[in-house]
Amino acid sequence: MISLASEQLIILAIVLPLLAAVLIVLADKRPNLREAITLISASVVALLVITLATRINAGESPGFDVFDVVPGITVSFSIEPLGMLFALVAGTLWLVTSIYAIGYMRGHHEKNQTRFYAAFAIAISSTLAAAFSGNMFTLFLCYEILTLSTYPLVTHAGTAEAKRSGRIYLGILLGTSIGFQLLAILITWSVAGTLDFQQGGILAGKLDPAYAGILYALFIFGVGKAAIMPFHKWLPAAMVAPTPVSALLHAVAVVKTGVFTILKVTLYIFGSDFITSSGASDWIIWFAAVTILLASLIAMTKDNLKARLAYSTISQLSYIVLGALIAVEMSLVGASMHIAMHAFAKITLFFAAGAILVAAHKKNISDMGGLGRAMPFTFIAFTIGSLSIIGLPPFGGMWSKWYLALGMVQTEQWILLAVLMMSSLLNIAYLLPISVRAFFAKPKEGVVYTEVKEAPLTMLIAIGLTSLACIVLFFYPDPFYNLAVDAATGR
Amino acid sequence: MIENHLSLLLVALPLLAAPIVAVLPNGRLPWALSTLVSWSVCYLAAWQLMNVSSGQVISYELGGWAPPWGIEYRIDAANALVALIVSGIAALTLPYALKSVIKEIPHHQHALFYAAFMLCLTGLLGIAQTGDIFNLFVFLEISSLSSYALISLGKQRQALTAAYQYLIMGTIGATFFIIGVGLLYAMTGTLNMVDLAQRLPELYDHRTIHTAFAFIMVGFALKLALFPLHLWLPNAYTYAPTVVTIFLAATATKVAVYVMLRMVFTVFGFSFIENTPTDELFLLLCVTGILSMSFYAIYQKDSKRLLAYSSVAQIAYMMLGIGLGSVLGVTATLVHLFNHALMKGALFMAIGALIYRVGSSRLEHFSGLGKQMPWTFAAIVIGGLSLIGVPGTAGFISKWYLVLAAIEQQHWLIVGVILMGSLLAVAYVWKMIEVLYFNATDEREQQNTAVKEAPLMMLIPMWVLVLANIYFGFNTELTVGTAEQAVKLLMPGAN
Repeated sequence: MISLASEQLIILAIVLPLLAAVLIVLADKRPNLREAITLISASVVALLVITLATRINAGESPGFDVFDVVPGITVSFSIEPLGMLFALVAGTLWLVTSIYAIGYMRGHHEKNQTRFYAAFAIAISSTLAAAFSGNMFTLFLCYEILTLSTYPLVTHAGTAEAKRSGRIYLGILLGTSIGFQLLAILITWSVAGTLDFQQGGILAGKLDPAYAGILYALFIFGVGKAAIMPFHKWLPAAMVAPTPVSALLHAVAVVKTGVFTILKVTLYIFGSDFITSSGASDWIIWFAAVTILLASLIAMTKDNLKARLAYSTISQLSYIVLGALIAVEMSLVGASMHIAMHAFAKITLFFAAGAILVAAHKKNISDMGGLGRAMPFTFIAFTIGSLSIIGLPPFGGMWSKWYLALGMVQTEQWILLAVLMMSSLLNIAYLLPISVRAFFAKPKEGVVYTEVKEAPLTMLIAIGLTSLACIVLFFYPDPFYNLAVDAATGR
Repeated sequence: MIENHLSLLLVALPLLAAPIVAVLPNGRLPWALSTLVSWSVCYLAAWQLMNVSSGQVISYELGGWAPPWGIEYRIDAANALVALIVSGIAALTLPYALKSVIKEIPHHQHALFYAAFMLCLTGLLGIAQTGDIFNLFVFLEISSLSSYALISLGKQRQALTAAYQYLIMGTIGATFFIIGVGLLYAMTGTLNMVDLAQRLPELYDHRTIHTAFAFIMVGFALKLALFPLHLWLPNAYTYAPTVVTIFLAATATKVAVYVMLRMVFTVFGFSFIENTPTDELFLLLCVTGILSMSFYAIYQKDSKRLLAYSSVAQIAYMMLGIGLGSVLGVTATLVHLFNHALMKGALFMAIGALIYRVGSSRLEHFSGLGKQMPWTFAAIVIGGLSLIGVPGTAGFISKWYLVLAAIEQQHWLIVGVILMGSLLAVAYVWKMIEVLYFNATDEREQQNTAVKEAPLMMLIPMWVLVLANIYFGFNTELTVGTAEQAVKLLMPGAN
């Protein structure tokens, strides 16, 4: 289909969104052209990542160095299965989100749309670059660019609240990454003399196992994007952003870059064997476990739909972190798959929340009684997304939880297994009542939904696609499953 | 022919240009000649760096008098790098200066202004070039006296007080230095740095040498504004004309740090320093300086003063490398010397462009300007990121080496302080960015709707520095490569 070498495809996938950002700025005064640029580049990027994924599945492992920054530290890109999985999720969902965003931004009459689309494209470029990073330095570089490029998106509204949220957002993300992650990278460099991602890790045999726990903790807490408590506050704060941003960036790209970084560090810096043998993760595991439960409990108290979804994301991210920390094959498969499964389900939920906002101007769950009958399509999709998050068949979310649970059984972590099951129950408790209320409860007094119709068509198309994906991934999880297994077993 | 006299020309050219500029009629001529001279000097400095970049040393005998009796200019990678910084920044500042000076300085003083600028350039380049400590003092005075004059030209009345304050502090510093030089001369009978380095080891235990060392260190700590001897700097930077602030912030303190390096490593030798409490004292002052000055910066309401406090903190980073006294540490110092000139140059130029349009340097007058002046705003963002040390910018490279140097010696407290300093930098950089990015919500804040982007003559030099900040964040051949060469010569025993 595409005859270029994989290396060239990698460059294209990273550069194309950047180029699109420039063109978007140039097309400032012509909205239709501007959106066409977004759509075309998003389609091409989706095509590129799909092509790359088929090649990786066929056994290719392309990689190349761009240049040396200082001797020994290079900017380099290479693809291994885990990065491919992440890129596949982010690349394809960018297209879907772009379709959605056009309907949302116009339907909601947002200002500064050019800045929005441009920053969005830069964020995607850095996400893909992070997914394809060949060493920790490159990953850190992309991680920081992603933080900075999403700042204008978070503060899009320009209000005092947006400004305050922007401060929390940057404060926590930059703070943890400079304070802990950079320190961890520097220590790794001075101990191991390299920052390359290698199968089996680079620290085993070089780092005294007694210090492994401290270094690992610096990495885990240094990745603020994974939103492990107590460094989670930025995610609810980021919800002031327009919904497409919350959907793609704060349910998929940004947060998944966080957990992806943790998985990369686990697999290729420490190596899963070194983690288990040194006991590096023994106590950090409880931070993840507590985050899962606490975030779920907080989610139940939130009446604002997006805030509830944000806390749900925090909880779900820690599933992935937990999978990484347990560091056995099954749990790593589960964690990697959850990157994809949670992405499709959570983006559906956010899309639905945005549709409700545009069509019915409702933000709070308590105001949504009876709304389901006015917007049946949106709420059916919302229900599908919810069920997939809960992890019930026949929805994709079941598989990742399945493997995570298997990993816990294998390592006889019964308490963690209980946490996982309890969290599923909590998911039911904070997600399903929303649909139930919308379909079966009566509207508040004096509220009539005769005027309310479904959201604009482009938004519905996007919602339909992602909720469909939640179902399809139950029957056909192979693209993600194969990559996850390859990553966990170190093919 | 020129090649043989390269090192002298670097100093002689601006020195000869100064009186000519002074007698030219006010108007564009003084500016044009100064710009021309600064460009030629920059070209010569680049040439000079190329000649020494692979480890050679140029020894130039002034007037053909052989050292140690005559004055020797001794150029290695360290001098050449500093000379390139000074002349490069001058070559970028002068094109920028044209419009800014017309706006900020009365017409009848233009020729004198540029003449003083040339003298200041002469002094700074001379300090960088010379291998003779008395000659160094002479150039120090040339640069200092001219900078007092330059600062006092500021529009506000406080400029006079600021210049006076700097005059007093600077003179104390210079006096201390010359006392130290006198004591050294009394003990060794020589003023040549290399000669001193050979004669000093046998006198290490002598109390006079210790006294001389203390005078020299304190004298230069004053000149480079090492916390807590920095009090002159914030005022001087805030009230000086914008162009002067740009030039001094990017060069004057760097040259002083270079002298510190020379004194500590070439003249006295680090083995001498290690036996005195100096290195520990440096570390202590730097650590407190980084933290306290960064905090001060956060609470400033004036953009120039904010950056000035940030400069004091950044100078402490450079001195930290000297205090650590390791190969990595000194490499970090030299790299940061160069990189900090780039970032502060870019930032002060951007702030200068804002001042040019708004007529004030107070932060509250900048609200919402990001929209009207997108290029200037972007320059502040990128310069600010470099100041923080975000990867992909020059500032990251400096931090990288500095933290590695601290890790190497297991100084975890210092590691923490450096990273903490970066976080505080996020706070004060973002304070500026927020003001520019968001529209004023408070009625008291002024609305800037009629403001246009800065003129091209300002944007081009500004963006050359901004792009340099990115370029040197990815390609460190010039910075790290030269620094490593310089360290080999500064610390011959190491490695």
